[in-house]
Amino acid sequence: MSMPFYVAPEQLMKDRADYARKGIARGRSVVVVGYDEGIAFATENPSAALHKISEIYDRIAFAAVGKYNEFENLRVAGIRYADLRGYSYDRSDVSARALANAYAQTLGTVFTTESKPLEVELAVAEVGATPDEDQIYRLSYDGSVTDERRFVVMGGQADRLAEALAERWQPGLDLGSAVRLAVDVLASQPDEPPRTIDAAQLEVAVLDRTRPRRAFRRLAGPAVADLLAG
Amino acid sequence: MPEAAGRLPRSFLTPGSSSFVEFLAAHDPSLLPGGRPLPPGEVPLSPHGTTIVALTYEGGVVMAGDRRATAGSMIASRQIEKVHPADDYSVVGIAGTAGLALELVRLFQLELEHYEKIEGALLSLDGKANRLATMVRSGLGLAMQGLAVVPLFGGYDLDRTVGRIFSYDVTGGRYEETEHHAVGSGSVFARGSLKKLWRSRLSEADAVQVAVHALIDAADDDSATGGPDRARRIWPTVAVVDASGYRAVGDDELAAVVDRVEATREGERA
Repeated sequence: MSMPFYVAPEQLMKDRADYARKGIARGRSVVVVGYDEGIAFATENPSAALHKISEIYDRIAFAAVGKYNEFENLRVAGIRYADLRGYSYDRSDVSARALANAYAQTLGTVFTTESKPLEVELAVAEVGATPDEDQIYRLSYDGSVTDERRFVVMGGQADRLAEALAERWQPGLDLGSAVRLAVDVLASQPDEPPRTIDAAQLEVAVLDRTRPRRAFRRLAGPAVADLLAG
Repeated sequence: MPEAAGRLPRSFLTPGSSSFVEFLAAHDPSLLPGGRPLPPGEVPLSPHGTTIVALTYEGGVVMAGDRRATAGSMIASRQIEKVHPADDYSVVGIAGTAGLALELVRLFQLELEHYEKIEGALLSLDGKANRLATMVRSGLGLAMQGLAVVPLFGGYDLDRTVGRIFSYDVTGGRYEETEHHAVGSGSVFARGSLKKLWRSRLSEADAVQVAVHALIDAADDDSATGGPDRARRIWPTVAVVDASGYRAVGDDELAAVVDRVEATREGERA
C-alpha cells in the first residue's frame, strides 16, 4: 500500500477554499438591500423557474449564489427545518438566527470533512417590525457567518459591488429606490460604463414587513420594470 | 456515520419529496397522528367536534361550523373553531375527535404551504383533496379505536373557476359533492335543511345565511351541535372562498345573519 503524501492542513484548507471560491465566482451576484418597509433581493437570473431567491418561512427568506443543485438542496433543507420547528413549537419560534446556525454547521462540516466543499454562498434574512429589527446573515462556503446590517452582496464580484452599494445606500430608502440601487450595482462594471439589464432578466423579491403573516413576495417582470422606470 | 452536532440531519438534505408528511414519516414518524403506537385499552372520554356544513354558490364555496365540542353528555367547549383556512384558496372543516382533528388541520395546512414553498406553485384543488384523503387514511388505526376524524374540504378551483366540495370517509375515500354537504352528528338535520334552502345561483350573502340556517336547524334537533349564543356573542365559524381567496365572515356580519334567520323562523309562526 502506498502512503499518501503529507499535505499541511493549511494547504489543504487553502486548496478547498480556492476551489469553492472559483465555483462561486462563476455565477452572477445577488444583492440584498434593506429598505423602509422590508428587505429587497435582486439578482440577474435568465431562468424564471430555477430561483436563487426563495421563501423559507413567514418572515424569513433565502438567497444563494454558486452551484444550483447544492444550494437548492440547502434551500429545501431550510424549509423543512423551519416548518418542522414551527410545527413542533409555534410559528413565532422560527428564527433566522437558528436557521443560519444550522446552515453554518452544515457548511462547516462539509468543508472540513467531505471530499469537496459546497460551492455556495447563502444569505438568510428575517424582516422585523421595524428596520432596526431586520436581520441579514451571510454564510460562506466554509461555514463562517456574518451578521450584516442593511445590505449584503454575494457572488463573484462581491467586494467591488459591496463598495459601490455602500457608497449609495442610505437608511429609509423606499422599495423603488432600493430596487433601482440594487440593479444599478448589479449592472456596474469595472472601468466601463454600466450595462443595461432588462427587467425580464432580473429575479426580484421582497420580504414586506407590512404584509400579514407571510411577508415574502416575488415581483414579476412588469412590476420590476415599473419600479426601474421610477 | 455519526452526524456532527448542530448540522442539518441527512434526512433534511435528502432530495425528492415536496411533501411535509412524507418528510416527517422519514425523519420522525412519531410526530404524525398515525405514526404513534396506540396503547391497549379504552380511550378515555375526549372532546368531539360536531357539525360542519358546506355549499357552493355563484362565486365559490361557503363552509360553516358550529362552536360546540362535547365529551359524552357534557359540553367540553362552547367556542371551539372547526372551520379553518387550508391555504389561500381552500377551507377545511373537521368533525370527530377534537384533538386529532385539530392536529390534522395543522398538518394539512403545513402540507399545502410546504409544497407551495418548495415547488413555487400551488397544488391543484384535486391535488389538495387527494393529499387530505391520504392523511385521513393514515388515521384508520385511530378510527378503529373510536378516534375517527372526518373532514369536509372546500375550495375555489382556479382552473375551472368554480367552488367545489369534497367529503371523506374514515378509510380515506374521497367523494366530490355537488351543491352542498354536511358532516358530523348534526349532519342529518343540516342536510335536510340544506336540501330545502339551497338554490342554484345563490348570492354570497344568501349562501352565508343558508349555511347559518342549516346549523341552527341542526342545533335544534342534535344536542351535540351548538346554536348561536347571543348572550355571549358566540357565532358559528363561517368562511367564504371565492376567486379572491379565503375570507372569514366577521362577527358583526354574523350577528346580523343570525337576526335575519331568527326573524324568518318567527315569521313562519306569526
